[in-house]
Amino acid sequence: MAARLLMGISLGFHIVFAVVGIGMPLLMVIAEGLWLRTRRPVYLELTRRWSKGTAILFAVGAVSGTVLSFELGLLWPYFMRFAGPLIGMPFSLEGFAFFLEAIFLGIYLYGWERVSPRLHWFAGWVIMLSSVLSGGFVVLANAWMNAPAGFTIVQGRVEDVQPFAAMFNAAALSQVQHMVVATFIALGFAVAAVHARMLLRQPHNEFHRRAYAIALAVGGLAALLGPLSGDFSAKDVAQRQPLKLAAMEAHWETQAGATLLLGGWPDEAAERTLGAIPVPYALSLLAHNDPFATVRGLKEWPPGDRPPVAVTHLAFDVMVGCGTALAIVALLGAWQWWRTRGPPLARWYLWAVVLCGPLGFLAVEAGWTVTEVGRQPWIIYGLMRTAQAVTPVPWLPLRLVLFVAMYGFLGVIVIALMRQQVFQSPSARAWQDD
Amino acid sequence: MPSLETLTAAVLFSGLTLYVLTGGADFGGGVWDILARGPRRQAQRDLIAHAIAPIWEANHVWLVLVIVLLFVGFPRAFAAISIALHIPLVLLMLGIVMRGAAFVFRTYDLRPGPAQRRWTVLFAGSSVVSPVMLGVLVGAVSSGAIRVDLATGDVPADYFSAWLGLYPFAVGGFALALFAFLAAVYLTLESDQRDLQDDFRARALAAQAALVLLALLSLLLADSRAPMIGYGLATAWWGLPLQAAAALAAAGAVAALWRRRYGWARVAAVAEAVLLLWGWGLAQYPFLVAPDLTISSAAAPRAVLAPLLAVLGLGALVLFPSLAFLYAVFKRRRRLAR
Ligand code: HDD
Ligand code: HEM
Ligand code: HEM
Repeated sequence: MAARLLMGISLGFHIVFAVVGIGMPLLMVIAEGLWLRTRRPVYLELTRRWSKGTAILFAVGAVSGTVLSFELGLLWPYFMRFAGPLIGMPFSLEGFAFFLEAIFLGIYLYGWERVSPRLHWFAGWVIMLSSVLSGGFVVLANAWMNAPAGFTIVQGRVEDVQPFAAMFNAAALSQVQHMVVATFIALGFAVAAVHARMLLRQPHNEFHRRAYAIALAVGGLAALLGPLSGDFSAKDVAQRQPLKLAAMEAHWETQAGATLLLGGWPDEAAERTLGAIPVPYALSLLAHNDPFATVRGLKEWPPGDRPPVAVTHLAFDVMVGCGTALAIVALLGAWQWWRTRGPPLARWYLWAVVLCGPLGFLAVEAGWTVTEVGRQPWIIYGLMRTAQAVTPVPWLPLRLVLFVAMYGFLGVIVIALMRQQVFQSPSARAWQDD
Repeated sequence: MPSLETLTAAVLFSGLTLYVLTGGADFGGGVWDILARGPRRQAQRDLIAHAIAPIWEANHVWLVLVIVLLFVGFPRAFAAISIALHIPLVLLMLGIVMRGAAFVFRTYDLRPGPAQRRWTVLFAGSSVVSPVMLGVLVGAVSSGAIRVDLATGDVPADYFSAWLGLYPFAVGGFALALFAFLAAVYLTLESDQRDLQDDFRARALAAQAALVLLALLSLLLADSRAPMIGYGLATAWWGLPLQAAAALAAAGAVAALWRRRYGWARVAAVAEAVLLLWGWGLAQYPFLVAPDLTISSAAAPRAVLAPLLAVLGLGALVLFPSLAFLYAVFKRRRRLAR
């Protein structure tokens, strides 16, 4: 249990920085592109300021990611012995993506005076592409755990390994596309929220206006895609892991024309869900595109095979709730933008964006909880139980405490430094009333 | 034509070598950071920070690649090592995290004074711990103390005995000295100022002395505590020529440093490091985790190794030009400036 908690915390920590590492390069490339085109100094300042923040976050992302690659062995040696070669292809490719990312990030951050502006901008593009790729490759590895493929088992031994078939498994497309969209939602809204907060204090600050407009455009567009992309994932899960779907929806009885439950508390002992809002036929419609389709319920599986229903269901509702809220705010923003032909600066809207800032990250964490907890008790779906994979080394609770302390320390420092670097930078005043 | 397994192991070992030559030197920089003293103390620190900042993250990826290759290519070895050497691995991990974090935090922390000093201590402390742990891991893996039950694949270890000994720590000290030596030699090339160059010249020579001593100590200990390594180096046909070549490279590095031919010193230092590492690797061949796992018995199926090598080859086509570009941008500076 300590091992699972430790893995979850390590990943939950890393994913925040991964999202930043994937999303920020896009924002910087846009800002720098605008600087190259318009030559307005505000865009240059913006690019530089963003890249400072990114440097800090990227470094923490890199070290926390390194921890993860050790952690796979330190916590799950038997899983890795089995799966290492099978998920190795995406991980090896990811290694190269990391290289490109780190190389061009070095050039981008420290090379302002060393390379030509066009080359510098190009370096930004390389970072952006390789970080999307690296994120995509890891998610492919994770998708394999949900939909193992690319091998056959003959008398308990793995035979006939096909690394590429393992890489392009059944869950690959749905998970990767959803993760990429989610990343841009989370990052776009978080950055927009920071600058919206500053705009509430200094409404005419040109610097924050530009920053806000770019980030909101990225986050908002992605947020409009979010529900579509999530729906695609949900339909896929319904096909591939009906048990996980049932847990996500806290759906106990097999039912044709199944009812969707919003919220509520799944009582696992009594096998029912209390206090949820029912929406008739919606579940069948969402899962199978047909309001009368049959959706299998949790009771079809013995209790020992079920994932923790309450956690999975609530996490799923949190994700969908956040996604819906963000999509609504994005729609309102699009409408305002179209009406005023400029970024929506009304105070109520700025407040809405500020409030939405954390929701994207919350949804990312919740979504991963759904995927990972919903896969339990399997580490490799249908093949290996998590309990069979864990390391025999004792003292894991001690390590848990140690690492939580370490993450806490890193987190506090990062926040303190970000405040120094980005939020309270004195030169922000210079752009007032441009 | 070597087998696929051996080829994969050779690639893995090359990755490790490159990590030592690049990332290792970054750790060495951290060591010199805490040892910075004398009138040019701040200048030394600035030089180190300046040299490391743009490249350490890229250098660091070599380690990531080594780990990935280990678990893709040799999953049984990966599992055995991460169980038996759990504790030094955790310490290494902490060291790596703290080194990277402290370095970046120090660069971006705008507060002066005590905050900066605290980051420096953390940066340097973790720059010492990590190389030692890396050496301990290598020492433990080659000592033959990790037993693997071949039938079940289990590792009946007690989590301490494999690494808590004189020999692994001698190798740990050796790794630290090696990294510090490489860093000092590289740093002589980072500055135009004669007195700063001289500072690092003196440090390089001192580190070289420590390195030679620790190498000899490890070799002596290997006789009884890592018999395979001692035996390999003493009896194989390549044993003597290789040791002679390493000694020659070491002498060359000292001579070049003495005469302030820093470009040559770097060449010799790199040669010395490569020869020392490959001497260990060859002595260990064909074992991966001595004495139970060999390269071929730990390897993944060939259906995995072949595409893996193909992907690595293709990746290298993109990777090496990019790396060359990175180094060209940041390490050619003085020649352009003149
Ligand atoms: C900003 C973040 C965000 C938002 C707004 C949403 N999601 Fe999501 N979701 C994620 C972030 C996320 C994620 C963290 O990225 C996950 C975890 C694993 C994955 O591939 O994506 C995920 C997983 C995930 C899964 C499980 C996939 C699997 O286990 O293979 C489903 C079914 C959905 N999502 C469905 C939705 C629906 C119907 C949404 C409607 C609004 C939605 N998501 C919004
Ligand atoms: C970054 C986003 C991720 C988050 C937040 C996350 C979260 C979690 C959580 C909460 C658990 C514990 C589940 C439980 O015990 O109930 C877990 C387990 C695990 N995750 Fe993830 N995960 C993420 C991505 C990944 C990826 C990309 C991989 C692999 C490539 C992965 C591999 C594992 C493994 C091996 C376990 C342990 C076995 C298990 O509990 O099934 N995770 N993760
Ligand atoms: C869904 C989950 C994940 C995503 C989207 C993701 C994405 C990323 C991204 C974009 C980066 C580089 C950006 C940055 O450093 O800020 C990164 C770094 C890293 N990640 Fe992850 N990652 C995930 C999970 C994992 C897992 C499970 C592992 C380990 C097996 C891992 C290993 C690493 C490593 C080693 C680095 C450092 C690379 C470097 O040194 O540059 N990541 N990750």
